[in-house]
Amino acid sequence: MSAVAPRAMGQPLSRFEGEDKVRGLATYAFEHPVPHPAYLSAVRSTVATGEIIGIDCSQASAQPGVLAVLTHLNAPRLGIDDGELRILQSGDVAFRGQFVGGVIAESSEIARHAAALVRVDYRERPHDVDLESSRERGQLRVPQQTMALFPMDTDKGDVDSALAAAAVQVDSTYRTPWYNHNPLEPHTTIACWTSAGLTLHVSTQHPQGVQTTVATAFRLEPDQIRVFSPHVGGAFGSKGPRHSDLILAVMAAQLVPDRPVRFALTRHQMFSQTGYRSPTMQRVRLGADADGRLTAVAHESIEQTSRLKEFAEHATRATPTMYATPHLQVRQQLAALDLPTPAIMRAPGECVGMFALESAMDELAVAGGLDPVELRIRNEPDTHPLDGLPFSSRSLPACLREGARRFGWESRDPTPRARRHDGWLVGTGVAAATYPTLRLPGSKVTIRVTPDGRHTVLMAAVDIGTGTRTALTQVAADALRVDLAQVELRLGDTAYPPAAPEGGSAGITSWGATICAGADELRRRLAADHGGTVPAEGLEVTVDMPENPHLKQYAMHAFGAQFAEVRVHDETGEIRVPRQLGVYAVGRVVNPKTAHSQLIGGMTMGLSMALHEASILDPRYGHVVNHDLATYHVSSNADVGTVDAYWVEEDDPYVNPMGTKGLGEIGIVGAAAAIANAVHHATGVRIRELPITLDKLLPHE
Amino acid sequence: MRPFRYERATDPAGAVALLARSPQAAYLGGGTNLVDLMKLDVARPDLLVDVRGVTSRAIEELPDGGVRIGAGVSNSDLAADPLIRRRYPVVAQAVLAGASTQLRNLATVGGNLLQRTRCVYFQDVSTACNKREPGSGCSAIEGHNRDLAILGTSPDCIATHPSDLAVALAAMDATVQTVGPDGSRAIPLTELHRLPGSEPQHDNVLTHGELITAVDLPPLPFAARSYYRKIRDRASYAFALVSVAAAIDLADGQVRDVRIALGGVAHKPWRATRAEDLLRGGPATEERLRRAAEAELADAQPQSDNAFKIPLARNAIVRTVLDLTGTAR
Repeated sequence: MSAVAPRAMGQPLSRFEGEDKVRGLATYAFEHPVPHPAYLSAVRSTVATGEIIGIDCSQASAQPGVLAVLTHLNAPRLGIDDGELRILQSGDVAFRGQFVGGVIAESSEIARHAAALVRVDYRERPHDVDLESSRERGQLRVPQQTMALFPMDTDKGDVDSALAAAAVQVDSTYRTPWYNHNPLEPHTTIACWTSAGLTLHVSTQHPQGVQTTVATAFRLEPDQIRVFSPHVGGAFGSKGPRHSDLILAVMAAQLVPDRPVRFALTRHQMFSQTGYRSPTMQRVRLGADADGRLTAVAHESIEQTSRLKEFAEHATRATPTMYATPHLQVRQQLAALDLPTPAIMRAPGECVGMFALESAMDELAVAGGLDPVELRIRNEPDTHPLDGLPFSSRSLPACLREGARRFGWESRDPTPRARRHDGWLVGTGVAAATYPTLRLPGSKVTIRVTPDGRHTVLMAAVDIGTGTRTALTQVAADALRVDLAQVELRLGDTAYPPAAPEGGSAGITSWGATICAGADELRRRLAADHGGTVPAEGLEVTVDMPENPHLKQYAMHAFGAQFAEVRVHDETGEIRVPRQLGVYAVGRVVNPKTAHSQLIGGMTMGLSMALHEASILDPRYGHVVNHDLATYHVSSNADVGTVDAYWVEEDDPYVNPMGTKGLGEIGIVGAAAAIANAVHHATGVRIRELPITLDKLLPHE
Repeated sequence: MRPFRYERATDPAGAVALLARSPQAAYLGGGTNLVDLMKLDVARPDLLVDVRGVTSRAIEELPDGGVRIGAGVSNSDLAADPLIRRRYPVVAQAVLAGASTQLRNLATVGGNLLQRTRCVYFQDVSTACNKREPGSGCSAIEGHNRDLAILGTSPDCIATHPSDLAVALAAMDATVQTVGPDGSRAIPLTELHRLPGSEPQHDNVLTHGELITAVDLPPLPFAARSYYRKIRDRASYAFALVSVAAAIDLADGQVRDVRIALGGVAHKPWRATRAEDLLRGGPATEERLRRAAEAELADAQPQSDNAFKIPLARNAIVRTVLDLTGTAR
């Protein structure tokens, strides 16, 4: 693996398609112009569990403009095992809001109206959606297969004895609520069956995954399906795995051959059909000596999944990486409930887990009378605390020190509830951040060069709005050792070679490393077969993502430090966050402009998590009742103060030829803990259950 | 969305006549709430009568020194009006505390007063709600009720009225001018909306076809110093957990008159008459304000998740009025 010299990399380029997006010229999946489209609207179950005993489509079918009504009685039998995707295969209902049918019509209005006219009768069964009591009821199990990249349970030494003997101890339980992704663009599909096969326009993080899933489900060959996804209006993980909306759209299109069927989820439906972040209940126990050196770290998490499919949020997964400790224990348990299936959401695991761990570290600092920045630096490990591997690079202390300097941490008085300005209590907080440097398998690239020196780079990767298209072109230009203008990168089409999913902050690493290998192969072929000159007919190579020989030799993780200032009104409990500052160690930054945008976007999402977001489950009905953006609050502009993101220089020769470590997710990690810790500093009140709403801080005297 | 007919009325009488003939018809103002509810199948009019060209879009002085606001005035125009900002700043502040610029540009004064509760169960036809479907039950009482009412509730409904504007107008003793099948009338703003009782399906006292044509603000010189304080779960674009509209008239340190209305606590804008009565004739001290606020809230009946609204409303009343008196912290 040879390092790529940066020329285009490091330039703060604006995203190439930015102007098109601002002008409304960039075509998102649902908007793709198609001739004579039909529209699908879903019918959803109104019970949480049960069985359909009768379904009457006569009123819906009789509506002028209705083309077909889809139910489990006429749906095709699917060739796929995935419980979340096996919709309309029987009359069974596994959660409230599950798709039980659909109406295809000449307009979206007709389809929606007719869908409401489909009458479904159920034999209802009692449902169980109660995570809180799942432990007492013995409903918990250790997850088996989710996110197999990391071990679920971890043991080192004897945590219980070490905790009992510790000079300073923390034992706290933290709770995070159900979160929904809510990208601006909902999940959308256009599906069209013709004799030649199936064409799909899908808002997705993984065009290849859509192709493979639909091929399996509908018993087709992958090459009978072409998936387009040129622009995606946000995803946050919900568009990584496939969900049942894709299956319903393809089923519907099968009923009206040769007509493209358009399907967009409503905002309501986005709260039950597209995955979500499971609520968590986490217990963290820390033991330290009188100097604040950790002697034991124990972290347990309880989460939920559905009965259809197992997914574990894995809130504990960052914990073994963070701090030096002789005794370490991590436990993970799941309850399978009559609810929709959760899924990956920005920094799955780290996001909620680091809220708990980094709140507990703050509690330890307070209990031990130590500065929380110093406490973290004091517990910096020399090698990975669990497997003993050296880190490929690790600059957490540098991030903490640089952040403290920029934030003005030095003059901080640690006393809680000691600063008051004009009726507002003021406090500051810090938390660490981390995210693994992942590489996801399954990418290939084709690179073509013509005698004029122009290079075309093809792969079915996707840009979900992060700036990937621009940054990856910068990688390609440097890998090919040409100017940006000589590179054309084409993404978002399964006619191109397959690409790993967009996710795990691994896009640049996985796709970029593949492009670098392709550039190497192109140079080798040119030299070996063509004397270094591009032949008149041009030259094309296709290569797979290369192995990384260092994977088993080094632990690879990005790190960061989050700082926040909060103000809490002393009479109303209102909370404002005038300042957030993050400093990150993420290896090479390919595009400082889009990287900065990703980092402050993550921090803003962390603010939203700290103060606002929570999906409220009504256990009697079994669904999220605040299923719109008026009642599921996401931070508004007025909530966001000054948000600054910086990074420290880091040269990591082991992660990939670019030296990148991934930065799409780390901005959200630790952000909520920094705010919660600042709230404690401001008020003396420790909030262990998110979101931090004013009622939790309101003086009740 | 169910199919519906659309007609544009040309004058109030024509609009009233159209509605009088159609028991399921509804007036369309800005549509910022009604159209949402139609999409959700909560509102099911078979005819929309567009009244945007029917009622006045003017804000004009009345001979008695008050101000008349046409029902068709947009929320944005109301908040920007120099007369309103000078004489009744609480009204402009209340409008600006609600919704977003885009919504305020569309929303009308008449429509604002008649918007429906944002209780999540009212807006979800798959759940029980007495306001939407009388007799079906109230899902909120044993459900998600953090945002809902603490005053004037009934065993059938604990919804709140969502309007900020209405709270400010209640404090100002505004009057609503209407025209209906039985002629025209003037309704005090504080009597426009009703408590839920056993008929929560009725938000207000208007009869079918009765159209709001204007809102009159009486002359109230001391309202030139008035204030709307809205407390909510985020800094913008959220409905009030508690809001306070207040104005105070002090003479020689004594409260000559005071106006306090609360939002986010009841099925209607809650005029705090009990607190006002206790405050008149004495100094506006923190202690007296606190006792007055506690008296106003003495009958509050919190739900499982909204007991915090009682101390929140008390503290908000005290601080809002103290700020108006210029009392330093």
